[in-house]
Amino acid sequence: MIPIIVNDKRHQVDVDFDTPLLWVLRENLNLTGTKFGCGIAQCGACTVHLDGQPIRSCVTQIGSVKGKKITTIEGLSPDGNHPLQKAWIAEEVPQCGYCQSGQIMSAAAMLAAKPKPSDADIDAAMSGNICRCGTYQRIRRAIHRAAGTLALGGAK
Amino acid sequence: MSAIVNLSRRGFLKAGIAAGGGLLLGFHVPVSRRWAVAATARSEQATLNSWVRIARDGTVTVIVGQSEMGQGIMTSIPMIIADELEAEWSKVRVEQAPADPAYGDPMRGGEQSTNGSRSIRNMLTLWRRAGAAAREMLVTAAAKEWNVPVEECIAEQNVVTHRPSGRKLTYGELADKAAQLPAPKEPKLKSPEQFRFIGKAVARVDTPEKVTGRGIYGIDVKVPGMLIATVQRCPVFGGKVASYDATKAKAVKGMRQVVQISSGVAVVADSYWAAKKGRDALKITWDEGPNAQLSSAEITRIYAETAKQSGPAARKEGDAAAALTAATKTMDAVYEVPFLAHATMEPMNCTAHVRKDNCEVWVGTQNQTGTQRTAMRISGFPREAVTVNTMLLGGGFGRRGEQDFVADAVETSKAVNRPVKVIWSREDDVRHGHYRPATYNVFRAALDERGTPVAWLHRIVAPSIGVQHGRQLQDGIDSLMTEGAANLPYTIANLQVEYIYKDLGIPVGFWRSVGASQNAFITESFIDELAAAAGKDAFEFRRDLLTKAARHKGVLELAAEKSDWGKPLPQGRFRGIAVAFSYGSYASEVVEVSIEKDGKVRVHRVVCALDCGTFINPDTVKAQVEGSIVWGLTAALYGAITIDKGRVQQSNFHDYPMLRMNEMPTVEIHIVPSNAPAGGVGEPGVPPLAPAVCNAIFAGTGKRIRKLPIRAEELRSS
Repeated sequence: MIPIIVNDKRHQVDVDFDTPLLWVLRENLNLTGTKFGCGIAQCGACTVHLDGQPIRSCVTQIGSVKGKKITTIEGLSPDGNHPLQKAWIAEEVPQCGYCQSGQIMSAAAMLAAKPKPSDADIDAAMSGNICRCGTYQRIRRAIHRAAGTLALGGAK
Repeated sequence: MSAIVNLSRRGFLKAGIAAGGGLLLGFHVPVSRRWAVAATARSEQATLNSWVRIARDGTVTVIVGQSEMGQGIMTSIPMIIADELEAEWSKVRVEQAPADPAYGDPMRGGEQSTNGSRSIRNMLTLWRRAGAAAREMLVTAAAKEWNVPVEECIAEQNVVTHRPSGRKLTYGELADKAAQLPAPKEPKLKSPEQFRFIGKAVARVDTPEKVTGRGIYGIDVKVPGMLIATVQRCPVFGGKVASYDATKAKAVKGMRQVVQISSGVAVVADSYWAAKKGRDALKITWDEGPNAQLSSAEITRIYAETAKQSGPAARKEGDAAAALTAATKTMDAVYEVPFLAHATMEPMNCTAHVRKDNCEVWVGTQNQTGTQRTAMRISGFPREAVTVNTMLLGGGFGRRGEQDFVADAVETSKAVNRPVKVIWSREDDVRHGHYRPATYNVFRAALDERGTPVAWLHRIVAPSIGVQHGRQLQDGIDSLMTEGAANLPYTIANLQVEYIYKDLGIPVGFWRSVGASQNAFITESFIDELAAAAGKDAFEFRRDLLTKAARHKGVLELAAEKSDWGKPLPQGRFRGIAVAFSYGSYASEVVEVSIEKDGKVRVHRVVCALDCGTFINPDTVKAQVEGSIVWGLTAALYGAITIDKGRVQQSNFHDYPMLRMNEMPTVEIHIVPSNAPAGGVGEPGVPPLAPAVCNAIFAGTGKRIRKLPIRAEELRSS
């Protein structure tokens, strides 16, 4: 049994040490908001926070996160009212929506470190997250909206 | 137009749902309660037709037969129906329909599918009539209740009012009585100026679920007793399993069973990770079949050889051959495009449970009819015993209209006698797609002494999407392969477009904007070559040739105007333009590019003008075009599936890259206001993008891109 803390809840999971955190979240804990996209840390759909830092859960072995604090999209805010989630709705960001949990988790970690990001900051923090529907322009605007930095960038 | 019937009188929908068992996506109820709500609430609702139920509390449930894959159909259909129904928007709920002919497209022989940018195009009037019919039934019920003429009653915001007396009854109060009435045969539709929702930006109903991780996609499905499987397919197209040894695979912890199915070897386990490890431990000997030596170079060689002969004409006007012989100035070019994968963010997956006497499937599909038929074929059960639950789609783009992942799940469940979720890896997805076909195009054109094109000969060598999907060539032509080429909008006296069918064994399929995706690149680049050869401005040259194509000309001029065509740009920036018709809509795009020293192309700005006729939700239209531009740009800059030894050489996003945030241009979209019949919206933004980019590169460098993707090494400054 491996002890893990997810969204402030303690769990014991009975899986091999090399099992990626992604599949433990999805299949053992039923937290399916974190998505499988590539399995090799190329797309960002599986992004969660490990002690506040964004990580790719598809390449993070469960054995390496014992006792550490993991936050998923389900734990980002109690009822979907994180400023980014509200901004995502205001800007109508999602299309298919599959990548958006990962996008929001990457953006949330960036804003925690850089509350007033420039377009360049957004490029640096968000370029690891692929959106095949092409919602990048709206993601950029939503981040600026949440940060109150629309004057600093983003397409009109 | 099929008649709207009162299904509660016929008892039809009830039967359909009972057989289906119905997985329902009520967007306004918590996920955990969905099933229970769906199961219990229906008895308290009055069914007015296939699409509308009204509960006693006034809740209006709109049942959506289409698939939500990001295009906003879960919002658009309710907007259409609620508009004609005069429903109060806050009382509207959305529910996903089962696979059922009631939700089929009458213009597609009743097929229930979501593709070809055609939901609104084909079914707008049907849904308007459904809403209007339900409204008339409610008004009639109220008039009967009050014993007054129907004409004295008006419906508005979920309430029917008797105007002379001011009496009111809510839809909830009227629903049961309305459901007893016959459906009106010719319900009166609104005129466009009366629309309350159609044409207005309405917030999408699926957004809250998609920002909280609560939305349930196919890959998120969990049913009791479910096992997880992955399938090892032969890496060579057309190859088969000769033999396999599962000894080591079966030793993996969590493994359950290894079974051979028609697509390969399925490894069934308690978890995805166990299934993946088990698959990695399989030893399979393949019979690689006839394609084992096929390569992209060989495909090109065969295409080029084939193109030396003429082929059946998809369009013939005048005498192109004679005009070319007589001409003083001719131009020749060869254009090539590669195979392309869809790479939806959600890898292919499907959950199926083949039981003793029925089969249930949970899947993100673009084709419920096809999914149901696939499950019927494999399970051996009749339609009534095969339920298809449509989940959210993590991208479709044409890939999810295929049934290979459905067959995997149904076959595996049948073999192991348990509910099974089959999950494809990203590598499976990239290597076992139904690709946008690689094509080879030969051009010959002639200009007269004033620089006007007088002859245009275009020969396309390509496989056939139609033939691979069970259709026949028509007089040697697959119109899917000639769309965007045979309907060249320019007035040229002698014009011939030929198609030569050449299938070399690579699976091909419907990739967002299909034939128009490559044919717009090919024709809009070559017309740009003619403009340059004539010494004319690329925009003016096109405009002057669009004498019989008013809507093409309209979007071309709008895009030029909004992009400041002809005005100076900063040093090192260049513009290109293109225009294309596809799926009932007209789109023109102007892009601004710069080229870095290493040859890397940077797209800074894209201005799109779209004429899609009547549209439902303008913000959704813009979102779809934004996405189309990213889609087109990704393909132009990076997209290439190449073949070696019969195998796809790419495997994942590191070698099949996608456009990312740091490469995103500024995108501006201008929608032409119009009451013309609805055109498509999901695809028409794609075709003009690649040629506009390549034409801008030509404007900046004088180098003509005739083969996609654009290769930086060819544009490097020396």
